Amino acid sequence: MNKKILANWWKALAVILVFYTLIMGFLGPVPTLAILHETIRNLFFHVTMWFGLMIMMIVNLVYSLRFLSKGKLKDDIYAEESATTGMYFGVAGLITGMIWANYTWGAPWVNDPQLNGAAATMLAYSAYFILRNAIEDEQKRAKLAAVYSIFAFVMMIVFIQVLPKLTDTLHPGRGGNPGFNTYDMDSDLRMVFYPAIIGWTLLGTWIMSLRIRLKIIEHQQHIN
Amino acid sequence: MNRLSFHRTGINSCSNLDDIQYSIFDKMWKQVISVLHKEFLLEWKHKSGFAGVILYSFVSIYCCYLAFRQVLDPPTWNALLWIILLFAATNAIAKSFMSESRGQQLFYYTLLNPKVVIVAKSIYNIGFLLVVTMINFMVYTLLLGDVVQDKPMFFCSLILGVAAISTVLTLVSGLVSRANNSATLVAILGFPLLIPILITIIRCSGNAIDGLGWAINQPYLIVLASLNILCMALSYVLFPYLWRD
Repeated sequence: MNKKILANWWKALAVILVFYTLIMGFLGPVPTLAILHETIRNLFFHVTMWFGLMIMMIVNLVYSLRFLSKGKLKDDIYAEESATTGMYFGVAGLITGMIWANYTWGAPWVNDPQLNGAAATMLAYSAYFILRNAIEDEQKRAKLAAVYSIFAFVMMIVFIQVLPKLTDTLHPGRGGNPGFNTYDMDSDLRMVFYPAIIGWTLLGTWIMSLRIRLKIIEHQQHIN
Repeated sequence: MNRLSFHRTGINSCSNLDDIQYSIFDKMWKQVISVLHKEFLLEWKHKSGFAGVILYSFVSIYCCYLAFRQVLDPPTWNALLWIILLFAATNAIAKSFMSESRGQQLFYYTLLNPKVVIVAKSIYNIGFLLVVTMINFMVYTLLLGDVVQDKPMFFCSLILGVAAISTVLTLVSGLVSRANNSATLVAILGFPLLIPILITIIRCSGNAIDGLGWAINQPYLIVLASLNILCMALSYVLFPYLWRD
Protein backbone atom coordinates (compact mmCIF):
# COMPACT_ATOMS: atom_id res chain seq x y z
CA MET A 1 0.00 0.00 0.00
CA ASN A 2 2.76 2.35 1.00
CA LYS A 3 4.67 1.52 -2.12
CA LYS A 4 1.65 2.37 -4.24
CA ILE A 5 1.27 5.77 -2.63
CA LEU A 6 4.95 6.46 -3.11
CA ALA A 7 4.81 5.43 -6.75
CA ASN A 8 1.85 7.68 -7.40
CA TRP A 9 3.13 10.81 -5.68
CA TRP A 10 2.90 12.77 -8.92
CA LYS A 11 -0.85 12.25 -9.10
CA ALA A 12 -1.20 13.85 -5.68
CA LEU A 13 1.06 16.64 -6.88
CA ALA A 14 -1.16 17.10 -9.94
CA VAL A 15 -4.27 17.45 -7.77
CA ILE A 16 -2.57 19.86 -5.40
CA LEU A 17 -1.15 22.01 -8.20
CA VAL A 18 -4.43 22.13 -10.15
CA PHE A 19 -6.35 23.16 -7.05
CA TYR A 20 -3.64 25.70 -6.24
CA THR A 21 -4.01 27.05 -9.79
CA LEU A 22 -7.78 27.24 -9.51
CA ILE A 23 -7.79 28.97 -6.13
CA MET A 24 -4.85 31.31 -6.65
CA GLY A 25 -5.77 31.86 -10.30
CA PHE A 26 -9.20 33.18 -9.44
CA LEU A 27 -8.52 34.78 -6.06
CA GLY A 28 -4.83 35.67 -6.01
CA PRO A 29 -3.41 39.10 -6.77
CA VAL A 30 -2.71 39.93 -10.42
CA PRO A 31 -1.11 43.03 -11.98
CA THR A 32 -3.48 45.61 -13.46
CA LEU A 33 -2.87 45.96 -17.17
CA ALA A 34 -4.60 48.02 -19.82
CA ILE A 35 -7.11 46.13 -22.03
CA LEU A 36 -6.36 42.83 -20.29
CA HIS A 37 -7.49 43.83 -16.79
CA GLU A 38 -8.74 40.82 -14.86
CA THR A 39 -8.73 38.60 -17.97
CA ILE A 40 -5.02 38.15 -17.34
CA ARG A 41 -6.14 35.32 -15.06
CA ASN A 42 -6.88 33.32 -18.20
CA LEU A 43 -3.11 33.01 -18.59
CA PHE A 44 -3.23 30.14 -16.11
CA PHE A 45 -5.96 28.30 -18.03
CA HIS A 46 -5.32 29.17 -21.68
CA VAL A 47 -1.56 29.31 -22.17
CA THR A 48 -1.04 26.21 -20.02
CA MET A 49 -3.37 24.23 -22.32
CA TRP A 50 -1.06 24.91 -25.26
CA PHE A 51 1.91 23.80 -23.21
CA GLY A 52 0.00 20.60 -22.50
CA LEU A 53 -0.84 20.14 -26.18
CA MET A 54 2.76 20.65 -27.25
CA ILE A 55 4.01 18.16 -24.68
CA MET A 56 1.42 15.57 -25.78
CA MET A 57 2.39 16.15 -29.42
CA ILE A 58 6.03 15.53 -28.56
CA VAL A 59 5.08 12.33 -26.68
CA ASN A 60 3.11 11.28 -29.76
CA LEU A 61 6.11 11.96 -31.99
CA VAL A 62 8.49 10.01 -29.76
CA TYR A 63 6.24 6.95 -29.64
CA SER A 64 5.53 7.14 -33.38
CA LEU A 65 9.27 7.12 -34.04
CA ARG A 66 9.70 4.26 -31.57
CA PHE A 67 6.99 2.27 -33.31
CA LEU A 68 8.61 2.74 -36.70
CA SER A 69 11.99 1.63 -35.39
CA LYS A 70 10.85 -1.25 -33.16
CA GLY A 71 7.40 -2.22 -34.40
CA LYS A 72 5.81 -2.92 -31.02
CA LEU A 73 2.06 -2.34 -30.83
CA LYS A 74 2.39 -1.00 -27.29
CA ASP A 75 4.17 2.06 -28.66
CA ASP A 76 1.28 2.60 -31.03
CA ILE A 77 -1.18 2.55 -28.13
CA TYR A 78 0.95 5.17 -26.36
CA ALA A 79 1.03 7.30 -29.51
CA GLU A 80 -2.72 7.08 -30.04
CA GLU A 81 -3.62 7.91 -26.46
CA SER A 82 -1.19 10.81 -26.25
CA ALA A 83 -2.83 12.23 -29.37
CA THR A 84 -6.27 11.81 -27.79
CA THR A 85 -5.15 13.58 -24.62
CA GLY A 86 -3.53 16.27 -26.78
CA MET A 87 -6.89 16.80 -28.47
CA TYR A 88 -8.51 17.38 -25.05
CA PHE A 89 -5.90 20.03 -24.33
CA GLY A 90 -6.36 21.51 -27.79
CA VAL A 91 -10.14 21.81 -27.45
CA ALA A 92 -9.80 23.31 -23.96
CA GLY A 93 -7.15 25.73 -25.27
CA LEU A 94 -9.36 26.80 -28.16
CA ILE A 95 -12.38 27.39 -25.92
CA THR A 96 -10.46 29.35 -23.27
CA GLY A 97 -8.69 31.28 -26.04
CA MET A 98 -11.94 32.17 -27.73
CA ILE A 99 -13.43 33.44 -24.48
CA TRP A 100 -10.31 35.52 -23.85
CA ALA A 101 -10.20 36.85 -27.41
CA ASN A 102 -13.85 37.83 -27.19
CA TYR A 103 -13.13 40.16 -24.27
CA THR A 104 -9.76 41.56 -25.34
CA TRP A 105 -9.76 41.58 -29.15
CA GLY A 106 -13.52 41.98 -29.55
CA ALA A 107 -14.24 38.75 -31.44
CA PRO A 108 -13.93 35.05 -30.62
CA TRP A 109 -12.00 34.32 -33.82
CA VAL A 110 -9.61 36.73 -35.51
CA ASN A 111 -7.28 36.17 -38.43
CA ASP A 112 -4.09 35.58 -36.51
CA PRO A 113 -1.25 33.24 -37.50
CA GLN A 114 -1.28 31.55 -34.12
CA LEU A 115 -5.01 30.91 -34.28
CA ASN A 116 -4.58 29.47 -37.77
CA GLY A 117 -1.76 27.32 -36.46
CA ALA A 118 -3.93 26.03 -33.66
CA ALA A 119 -6.78 25.30 -36.05
CA ALA A 120 -4.48 23.48 -38.49
CA THR A 121 -3.01 21.42 -35.66
CA MET A 122 -6.47 20.35 -34.54
CA LEU A 123 -7.44 19.51 -38.13
CA ALA A 124 -4.29 17.46 -38.65
CA TYR A 125 -4.88 15.47 -35.47
CA SER A 126 -8.54 14.93 -36.37
CA ALA A 127 -7.33 13.61 -39.73
CA TYR A 128 -4.95 11.34 -37.80
CA PHE A 129 -7.91 9.75 -35.99
CA ILE A 130 -9.87 9.42 -39.23
CA LEU A 131 -6.89 7.65 -40.79
CA ARG A 132 -6.72 5.31 -37.81
CA ASN A 133 -10.42 4.49 -38.12
CA ALA A 134 -10.13 3.81 -41.83
CA ILE A 135 -7.74 0.87 -41.40
CA GLU A 136 -8.68 -2.51 -39.96
CA ASP A 137 -5.31 -4.23 -39.74
CA GLU A 138 -3.49 -3.29 -36.51
CA GLN A 139 0.10 -3.35 -37.71
CA LYS A 140 -0.74 -1.47 -40.87
CA ARG A 141 -2.81 1.09 -38.97
CA ALA A 142 -0.01 1.69 -36.52
CA LYS A 143 2.57 2.12 -39.28
CA LEU A 144 0.50 4.49 -41.43
CA ALA A 145 -0.62 6.53 -38.42
CA ALA A 146 2.98 6.85 -37.23
CA VAL A 147 4.16 8.06 -40.64
CA TYR A 148 1.32 10.56 -40.86
CA SER A 149 1.80 11.91 -37.37
CA ILE A 150 5.56 12.42 -37.88
CA PHE A 151 4.87 14.34 -41.08
CA ALA A 152 2.10 16.33 -39.41
CA PHE A 153 4.27 17.14 -36.40
CA VAL A 154 7.04 18.61 -38.53
CA MET A 155 4.60 20.66 -40.59
CA MET A 156 2.89 21.95 -37.45
CA ILE A 157 6.20 22.99 -35.90
CA VAL A 158 6.96 24.93 -39.07
CA PHE A 159 3.51 26.44 -38.95
CA ILE A 160 3.44 27.40 -35.29
CA GLN A 161 7.09 28.36 -34.81
CA VAL A 162 8.33 29.68 -38.16
CA LEU A 163 5.46 31.27 -40.08
CA PRO A 164 4.15 33.60 -37.33
CA LYS A 165 7.61 35.21 -37.20
CA LEU A 166 7.12 36.38 -40.78
CA THR A 167 4.00 38.40 -39.99
CA ASP A 168 2.42 40.36 -37.20
CA THR A 169 0.35 38.59 -34.65
CA LEU A 170 -2.01 39.82 -31.98
CA HIS A 171 -0.39 37.54 -29.44
CA PRO A 172 1.90 39.14 -26.89
CA GLY A 173 5.58 39.63 -27.52
CA ARG A 174 5.38 39.86 -31.30
CA GLY A 175 4.44 42.44 -33.90
CA GLY A 176 4.67 45.41 -31.55
CA ASN A 177 2.39 43.95 -28.89
CA PRO A 178 3.51 44.16 -25.28
CA GLY A 179 5.40 40.98 -24.50
CA PHE A 180 5.23 38.73 -21.52
CA ASN A 181 8.44 40.42 -20.45
CA THR A 182 6.49 43.41 -19.25
CA TYR A 183 4.69 41.34 -16.67
CA ASP A 184 7.06 38.41 -16.57
CA MET A 185 8.77 40.33 -13.83
CA ASP A 186 5.60 40.15 -11.79
CA SER A 187 6.26 37.48 -9.21
CA ASP A 188 2.54 37.05 -8.44
CA LEU A 189 1.85 35.79 -11.95
CA ARG A 190 4.94 33.66 -12.07
CA MET A 191 4.08 32.04 -8.75
CA VAL A 192 0.89 30.64 -10.28
CA PHE A 193 1.85 30.28 -13.94
CA TYR A 194 4.74 27.81 -13.56
CA PRO A 195 2.93 25.54 -11.08
CA ALA A 196 -0.10 25.70 -13.38
CA ILE A 197 1.92 24.39 -16.33
CA ILE A 198 3.27 21.51 -14.26
CA GLY A 199 -0.14 20.79 -12.72
CA TRP A 200 -2.10 20.66 -15.96
CA THR A 201 0.61 18.62 -17.69
CA LEU A 202 0.66 16.11 -14.86
CA LEU A 203 -3.13 15.90 -15.00
CA GLY A 204 -2.86 15.23 -18.74
CA THR A 205 -0.26 12.54 -18.13
CA TRP A 206 -2.59 10.94 -15.60
CA ILE A 207 -5.50 10.94 -18.07
CA MET A 208 -3.17 9.50 -20.71
CA SER A 209 -1.85 6.74 -18.46
CA LEU A 210 -5.40 5.69 -17.49
CA ARG A 211 -6.42 5.57 -21.15
CA ILE A 212 -3.34 3.58 -22.07
CA ARG A 213 -3.95 1.05 -19.30
CA LEU A 214 -7.56 0.66 -20.40
CA LYS A 215 -6.50 0.22 -23.99
CA ILE A 216 -3.90 -2.41 -23.11
CA ILE A 217 -6.48 -4.40 -21.12
CA GLU A 218 -8.92 -4.15 -24.04
CA HIS A 219 -6.21 -5.30 -26.38
CA GLN A 220 -5.32 -8.29 -24.23
CA GLN A 221 -8.98 -9.29 -23.95
CA HIS A 222 -9.27 -9.00 -27.69
CA ILE A 223 -6.38 -11.40 -28.17
CA ASN A 224 -7.71 -13.91 -25.62
CA MET B 1 6.20 -3.10 -76.51
CA ASN B 2 7.09 0.10 -74.75
CA ARG B 3 6.36 -1.35 -71.35
CA LEU B 4 8.42 -4.40 -72.16
CA SER B 5 11.41 -2.24 -73.00
CA PHE B 6 10.97 -0.38 -69.70
CA HIS B 7 11.04 -3.64 -67.78
CA ARG B 8 14.20 -4.63 -69.52
CA THR B 9 15.96 -1.38 -68.67
CA GLY B 10 14.73 -1.66 -65.08
CA ILE B 11 16.07 -5.16 -64.65
CA ASN B 12 19.31 -4.29 -66.39
CA SER B 13 19.97 -1.38 -64.11
CA CYS B 14 19.36 -3.68 -61.15
CA SER B 15 21.51 -6.55 -62.32
CA ASN B 16 24.39 -4.15 -62.80
CA LEU B 17 24.40 -3.48 -59.06
CA ASP B 18 27.77 -5.14 -58.52
CA ASP B 19 29.25 -3.27 -61.41
CA ILE B 20 31.98 -1.19 -59.82
CA GLN B 21 32.13 1.60 -62.34
CA TYR B 22 28.87 3.08 -61.07
CA SER B 23 28.34 4.39 -57.58
CA ILE B 24 25.10 3.60 -55.79
CA PHE B 25 23.97 7.16 -56.32
CA ASP B 26 24.35 6.88 -60.10
CA LYS B 27 22.46 3.63 -59.98
CA MET B 28 19.64 5.28 -58.11
CA TRP B 29 19.33 8.07 -60.62
CA LYS B 30 19.26 5.57 -63.44
CA GLN B 31 16.41 3.75 -61.74
CA VAL B 32 14.61 7.02 -61.06
CA ILE B 33 14.85 7.91 -64.72
CA SER B 34 13.52 4.54 -65.82
CA VAL B 35 10.57 4.85 -63.42
CA LEU B 36 9.93 8.37 -64.74
CA HIS B 37 10.05 6.98 -68.25
CA LYS B 38 7.54 4.30 -67.35
CA GLU B 39 5.21 6.83 -65.68
CA PHE B 40 5.35 9.01 -68.75
CA LEU B 41 4.65 6.10 -71.10
CA LEU B 42 1.70 4.99 -68.98
CA GLU B 43 0.33 8.53 -68.96
CA TRP B 44 0.79 8.70 -72.72
CA LYS B 45 -0.97 5.39 -73.14
CA HIS B 46 -3.99 6.35 -71.00
CA LYS B 47 -4.42 9.98 -71.95
CA SER B 48 -7.70 10.06 -70.09
CA GLY B 49 -5.96 10.79 -66.77
CA PHE B 50 -4.35 14.01 -67.95
CA ALA B 51 -7.39 15.01 -69.97
CA GLY B 52 -9.59 14.39 -66.94
CA VAL B 53 -7.55 16.69 -64.72
CA ILE B 54 -7.43 19.42 -67.39
CA LEU B 55 -11.16 19.15 -67.97
CA TYR B 56 -11.83 19.23 -64.23
CA SER B 57 -9.94 22.49 -63.86
CA PHE B 58 -11.45 23.97 -67.02
CA VAL B 59 -14.90 23.28 -65.69
CA SER B 60 -14.11 24.83 -62.31
CA ILE B 61 -12.53 27.91 -63.94
CA TYR B 62 -15.55 28.25 -66.21
CA CYS B 63 -17.91 28.00 -63.24
CA CYS B 64 -15.93 30.78 -61.55
CA TYR B 65 -16.14 32.79 -64.76
CA LEU B 66 -19.90 32.40 -64.87
CA ALA B 67 -20.15 33.39 -61.22
CA PHE B 68 -17.68 36.31 -61.23
CA ARG B 69 -17.37 37.39 -64.91
CA GLN B 70 -14.24 39.40 -64.11
CA VAL B 71 -12.14 39.38 -60.96
CA LEU B 72 -10.24 42.64 -60.56
CA ASP B 73 -9.65 42.50 -56.82
CA PRO B 74 -6.13 41.00 -56.46
CA PRO B 75 -6.68 39.08 -53.17
CA THR B 76 -9.83 37.42 -54.53
CA TRP B 77 -8.13 36.66 -57.85
CA ASN B 78 -5.20 35.10 -56.02
CA ALA B 79 -7.28 33.07 -53.58
CA LEU B 80 -9.55 31.76 -56.33
CA LEU B 81 -6.60 30.67 -58.47
CA TRP B 82 -5.00 28.76 -55.60
CA ILE B 83 -8.23 27.07 -54.58
CA ILE B 84 -8.75 25.87 -58.15
CA LEU B 85 -5.14 24.69 -58.32
CA LEU B 86 -5.38 22.96 -54.94
CA PHE B 87 -8.41 20.93 -55.95
CA ALA B 88 -6.94 20.14 -59.36
CA ALA B 89 -3.74 18.98 -57.63
CA THR B 90 -5.63 16.76 -55.19
CA ASN B 91 -7.51 15.16 -58.05
CA ALA B 92 -4.42 14.73 -60.18
CA ILE B 93 -2.16 13.26 -57.52
CA ALA B 94 -4.70 11.15 -55.64
CA LYS B 95 -4.55 8.62 -58.44
CA SER B 96 -0.75 8.43 -58.63
CA PHE B 97 -0.51 5.28 -56.53
CA MET B 98 -4.07 4.06 -56.89
CA SER B 99 -3.83 3.24 -60.57
CA GLU B 100 -1.42 0.43 -59.80
CA SER B 101 -2.84 -3.04 -59.43
CA ARG B 102 -1.85 -5.48 -56.72
CA GLY B 103 0.23 -7.49 -59.17
CA GLN B 104 2.05 -4.43 -60.43
CA GLN B 105 2.93 -3.48 -56.87
CA LEU B 106 4.35 -6.94 -56.19
CA PHE B 107 6.42 -6.60 -59.32
CA TYR B 108 7.83 -3.27 -58.16
CA TYR B 109 8.69 -4.72 -54.74
CA THR B 110 11.00 -7.20 -56.40
CA LEU B 111 12.55 -4.60 -58.65
CA LEU B 112 12.92 -1.25 -56.95
CA ASN B 113 14.13 0.53 -53.89
CA PRO B 114 11.25 2.46 -52.22
CA LYS B 115 13.38 5.61 -52.18
CA VAL B 116 13.64 5.41 -55.96
CA VAL B 117 9.87 5.11 -56.19
CA ILE B 118 9.09 8.13 -54.02
CA VAL B 119 11.73 10.33 -55.68
CA ALA B 120 10.52 9.38 -59.15
CA LYS B 121 6.85 9.78 -58.29
CA SER B 122 7.46 13.16 -56.65
CA ILE B 123 9.45 14.45 -59.62
CA TYR B 124 6.87 13.10 -62.04
CA ASN B 125 3.99 14.66 -60.10
CA ILE B 126 5.77 18.00 -59.86
CA GLY B 127 6.26 18.01 -63.63
CA PHE B 128 2.72 16.85 -64.28
CA LEU B 129 1.25 19.45 -61.98
CA LEU B 130 3.41 22.25 -63.41
CA VAL B 131 2.03 21.51 -66.87
CA VAL B 132 -1.52 21.47 -65.48
CA THR B 133 -0.84 24.71 -63.58
CA MET B 134 0.51 26.54 -66.62
CA ILE B 135 -2.48 25.53 -68.74
CA ASN B 136 -4.78 26.52 -65.90
CA PHE B 137 -3.06 29.85 -65.49
CA MET B 138 -3.47 30.67 -69.17
CA VAL B 139 -7.15 29.80 -69.20
CA TYR B 140 -7.70 31.59 -65.90
CA THR B 141 -6.11 34.84 -67.09
CA LEU B 142 -7.95 34.56 -70.37
CA LEU B 143 -11.36 34.27 -68.73
CA LEU B 144 -11.06 36.14 -65.45
CA GLY B 145 -8.56 38.84 -66.34
CA ASP B 146 -4.88 39.32 -65.51
CA VAL B 147 -3.93 41.35 -62.44
CA VAL B 148 -0.32 40.18 -62.00
CA GLN B 149 2.19 43.02 -62.03
CA ASP B 150 5.41 41.12 -61.44
CA LYS B 151 5.24 38.09 -63.73
CA PRO B 152 8.70 36.53 -63.09
CA MET B 153 8.21 36.57 -59.34
CA PHE B 154 4.66 35.27 -59.67
CA PHE B 155 5.93 32.31 -61.70
CA CYS B 156 8.65 31.73 -59.13
CA SER B 157 6.09 31.45 -56.35
CA LEU B 158 3.82 29.38 -58.61
CA ILE B 159 6.57 26.84 -59.34
CA LEU B 160 7.79 26.61 -55.74
CA GLY B 161 4.24 26.37 -54.39
CA VAL B 162 3.10 23.74 -56.84
CA ALA B 163 6.25 21.70 -56.15
CA ALA B 164 5.59 21.76 -52.40
CA ILE B 165 1.92 20.87 -52.84
CA SER B 166 2.68 17.94 -55.12
CA THR B 167 5.43 16.57 -52.85
CA VAL B 168 3.11 16.53 -49.84
CA LEU B 169 0.22 15.07 -51.80
CA THR B 170 2.45 12.37 -53.32
CA LEU B 171 3.40 11.07 -49.89
CA VAL B 172 -0.19 11.30 -48.67
CA SER B 173 -1.48 9.41 -51.70
CA GLY B 174 1.18 6.75 -51.13
CA LEU B 175 -0.06 6.50 -47.56
CA VAL B 176 -3.71 6.31 -48.59
CA SER B 177 -2.96 3.68 -51.22
CA ARG B 178 -1.96 1.39 -48.30
CA ALA B 179 -5.10 2.27 -46.35
CA ASN B 180 -8.31 2.09 -48.32
CA ASN B 181 -7.58 3.86 -51.57
CA SER B 182 -10.26 6.52 -51.32
CA ALA B 183 -9.69 9.91 -52.89
CA THR B 184 -11.61 11.55 -50.06
CA LEU B 185 -9.00 10.38 -47.59
CA VAL B 186 -6.28 12.07 -49.66
CA ALA B 187 -8.10 15.39 -49.29
CA ILE B 188 -8.79 14.90 -45.57
CA LEU B 189 -5.20 13.94 -44.77
CA GLY B 190 -3.56 16.31 -47.22
CA PHE B 191 -5.33 19.61 -46.59
CA PRO B 192 -4.29 20.12 -42.94
CA LEU B 193 -0.68 19.50 -43.96
CA LEU B 194 -1.05 21.90 -46.87
CA ILE B 195 -2.41 24.82 -44.83
CA PRO B 196 1.04 26.19 -43.83
CA ILE B 197 2.28 25.85 -47.41
CA LEU B 198 -0.87 27.40 -48.81
CA ILE B 199 -0.73 30.41 -46.51
CA THR B 200 2.87 31.11 -47.49
CA ILE B 201 2.11 30.70 -51.19
CA ILE B 202 -0.88 33.02 -51.06
CA ARG B 203 1.16 35.73 -49.29
CA CYS B 204 4.06 35.24 -51.68
CA SER B 205 2.03 35.33 -54.88
CA GLY B 206 -0.09 38.15 -53.44
CA ASN B 207 3.07 40.23 -53.08
CA ALA B 208 4.04 39.33 -56.64
CA ILE B 209 0.63 40.42 -57.90
CA ASP B 210 1.04 43.75 -56.14
CA GLY B 211 4.56 44.05 -57.59
CA LEU B 212 6.19 44.64 -54.21
CA GLY B 213 9.67 43.66 -55.33
CA TRP B 214 12.25 41.06 -54.36
CA ALA B 215 13.31 42.70 -51.14
CA ILE B 216 9.91 42.23 -49.51
CA ASN B 217 9.12 38.87 -51.02
CA GLN B 218 12.48 37.25 -50.43
CA PRO B 219 11.70 35.75 -46.97
CA TYR B 220 8.55 34.10 -48.35
CA LEU B 221 10.42 32.62 -51.29
CA ILE B 222 13.10 31.32 -48.95
CA VAL B 223 10.48 29.79 -46.64
CA LEU B 224 8.74 28.20 -49.64
CA ALA B 225 12.00 26.76 -50.95
CA SER B 226 12.93 25.38 -47.54
CA LEU B 227 9.42 23.92 -47.13
CA ASN B 228 10.02 22.15 -50.44
CA ILE B 229 13.29 20.70 -49.24
CA LEU B 230 11.74 19.73 -45.90
CA CYS B 231 8.79 17.94 -47.52
CA MET B 232 11.04 16.08 -49.92
CA ALA B 233 13.40 15.01 -47.15
CA LEU B 234 10.48 13.85 -45.01
CA SER B 235 8.89 11.79 -47.76
CA TYR B 236 12.30 10.36 -48.68
CA VAL B 237 12.80 9.20 -45.10
CA LEU B 238 9.22 8.11 -44.34
CA PHE B 239 8.12 6.45 -47.56
CA PRO B 240 10.18 3.24 -47.14
CA TYR B 241 8.04 2.46 -44.05
CA LEU B 242 4.95 2.52 -46.24
CA TRP B 243 6.44 0.44 -48.98
CA ARG B 244 5.70 -3.11 -47.90
CA ASP B 245 2.84 -4.46 -45.76
